[in-house]
Amino acid sequence: MVTATPQSSAPPSLQTTPLGWIKKNLFSSWFNSLLTIFIVGFFLWATKNFVVWAATDAKWDVLPKNWNLFFAGVYPNNQYWRLFLLLGFISAISGLSWGYFSRSVARFLSSKVLWGIGIVTLLTVSAPTHLPFRLILLGILLLGLIIAWGEHRLYPDVSLSGQWLSLSYFFFFIIGFWLIQGNLGLPSVSSSLWGGLLLTVLMALVSIVLCFPLGLLLALGRQSSLPAISWISTAYIEVIRGVPLICILFMGQNMIQLFLPADNLDRVLRAIIALTLFSAAYMAENIRGGLQAVPRGQYEAASSLGLIKPLTISLIVLPQALKISIPAIVGQFISLFQDTTLVSIIGLPELLGMSRSILGNPEFLGRYQEVYVFIAIIYWIFCYSMSLGSRQVEKSLDTGH
Amino acid sequence: MTADTTERIAIWRDERFWKIVFQVIVLASVIGLIALLIHNMNVNLQKTNREFDFGFLRFSASFNIGETIIPYSPSDSFRYAFLVGLLNTVRVIIPGFILTTLLGVFVGVASFSDNWLVRKLSLVYVEVIRNIPLLLQLIFWYFAVFLNLPRVKDQLQLPLSVFMSKAGISIPWPELSQGFWGWCGVLFVGAIAAWLIWRWRTLVIVEKGQSGQPQLMILLGMAIASLAIFFFGFNWVFPSLLIDQVTQEPDTTRTAVGGLKLSLEYTTLLTGLVVYTAAFIAEIVRSGIQSVSKGQWEAAGSLGLKSGLVMQLVVLPQALRVIIPPLNSQYMNLAKNSSLALVIGYPDLYSVNSTIFNQTGKPVEVFTMIMFTYLAISLTISIVMNWINKAVELQTR
Repeated sequence: MVTATPQSSAPPSLQTTPLGWIKKNLFSSWFNSLLTIFIVGFFLWATKNFVVWAATDAKWDVLPKNWNLFFAGVYPNNQYWRLFLLLGFISAISGLSWGYFSRSVARFLSSKVLWGIGIVTLLTVSAPTHLPFRLILLGILLLGLIIAWGEHRLYPDVSLSGQWLSLSYFFFFIIGFWLIQGNLGLPSVSSSLWGGLLLTVLMALVSIVLCFPLGLLLALGRQSSLPAISWISTAYIEVIRGVPLICILFMGQNMIQLFLPADNLDRVLRAIIALTLFSAAYMAENIRGGLQAVPRGQYEAASSLGLIKPLTISLIVLPQALKISIPAIVGQFISLFQDTTLVSIIGLPELLGMSRSILGNPEFLGRYQEVYVFIAIIYWIFCYSMSLGSRQVEKSLDTGH
Repeated sequence: MTADTTERIAIWRDERFWKIVFQVIVLASVIGLIALLIHNMNVNLQKTNREFDFGFLRFSASFNIGETIIPYSPSDSFRYAFLVGLLNTVRVIIPGFILTTLLGVFVGVASFSDNWLVRKLSLVYVEVIRNIPLLLQLIFWYFAVFLNLPRVKDQLQLPLSVFMSKAGISIPWPELSQGFWGWCGVLFVGAIAAWLIWRWRTLVIVEKGQSGQPQLMILLGMAIASLAIFFFGFNWVFPSLLIDQVTQEPDTTRTAVGGLKLSLEYTTLLTGLVVYTAAFIAEIVRSGIQSVSKGQWEAAGSLGLKSGLVMQLVVLPQALRVIIPPLNSQYMNLAKNSSLALVIGYPDLYSVNSTIFNQTGKPVEVFTMIMFTYLAISLTISIVMNWINKAVELQTR
């Protein structure tokens, strides 16, 4: 028997030098080198052009002159404290949820989070508005951070249960709506004065919350073994999903009053109804995805324990199905948030509509690039941070192995 | 004990009974709700002396449509105007499907590149485009990019005689003569033949262990022939400037003639839709390729397949199974999103109908028409995609 003597050779080194990394990742072949040079060249050229434009040609004064229009529309100035209070609540409740979901995460302040906080703080401090506004915003930011950090710290000695979190969300919605709308002790602010980012966020939030029960019913209906129920649900879902949103919004504006006995519905409310009916169909599909992912054995186990159908669904199947569909629901919220731009077409001054009317002002004629780049950044920050957050929630809810 | 002594179950304890009752109740309430809404609608329409009636479609439309593929004049009927809008929509979505698929697959595949910069660029593209609303992107393309093109007298002249100015974009385009369609037919037949030869080559390599060289040679020859047809048979018309009668020099103050002239609105809509949808398609392609486990590559390699064949016979069939179903909804989204043309003034189906509604004040009829047309478009896309999906589906017995 011939024994092969293993040739001794040094183990391949795992450490990569920066130069080695560059060679491996950027210049591994002539084609890659060419690509790298081309991309770097293009990038430098584009950056240079953008910087030159932003520093010389662009007239950014259109932004600070219209902060309040961008963010709150023509909401009365003397009532701004209500919006700041609302922002405080938002910050507090986001802090609460952040702390809640980051429990299972080992490092609370990862580098990504620190970067995010740093950028937001920098933006708040350097925003060209009145000093008191900046201080208030900074305070609000700090409040959220402290709550999140405190909750993370105190866990598990003092812990907030999921029910309490849901309850605080419930109260947050009621109080938030009361703060914006007024009445009951506060001067009322008509919905025709709401606008800008306020209206965008409001419509997206209200629609996603309202569409949830309807979507849930439709999803259960489509999965049902009763032919009439499943047929009606399927027809609704497929018809709505086959029609563009703008068509449904126009129908909401022009036809809702035809179908109702009285025609004095508020325009914002009409848009919210249309958005809700629209997103319910998509919500139903997301929940259905979750329902389908629950193994059949779960139904059988529940019914062998003697649970009747409604109890099986609500106690066994739905909690699992909803957990599975959370990422999809967040994804839907992100697209709904983007879809609210369409209400500018039917004449509501949400963020995009507001920008268009600012651009209609002769003083700011032709400042398209400045304004659109600005609101694109706002939308991007919102949507991107939501998708990052959803990944975080997904991770912390993952009880699998 | 005989069977007839077993008591019949009381009817209210029978699950089947309750199932039927429940369905009847739900059905009755849905029908009742719809009837109530229709009743309300009739009452409200009568209040304003209107009625539900499609008769208006015969009347003359008497509004102008900015661009049309078929000849149209304001004296044509509303029905004809509707058709013009529908054709304009189709004119956007068909090139849109092709271009967005190409761009999306390209970006999706780029995220597996060896080059770090290319990978990051693909990631940045997807994350930036997906997180900005399409409507904002369209408005940005239109107002901040295309309307910023120079005026006609300073028009941009790019290589291959592409002209760009505020008045529109001219690109080279084949002359649509009989010869063109003839060559198209030849190319189509050639494509089918090439596909068959390709199948034959794979069969020969896999089953008989041959090299497949001769078939490759035939394919190469066909490729060269089709390129030749493409460049020389198609009778390309290049846009060119008119020659000034006096100075005998190209007149740069007027738009170029010849070739295909695209309006800014059309170009904006197509660009916006393609760029936006491609980001989603790239993500689908990326996750589809990722879903094929590394073991599949290795197993195929250890069977002695070359990397091209691994891709064709092992990886792609599995990846396509994951990629095709979500593509369906992206194509449907593109078709539905084309209705945003309204904002930039391209007269698509929705925009034309919105004008019809303004002219006639018949919301119910017009929106019924739009809804059914978009449903038909969506359904067509679904049917075609399901048909493609059938072809790549896992064959289970």
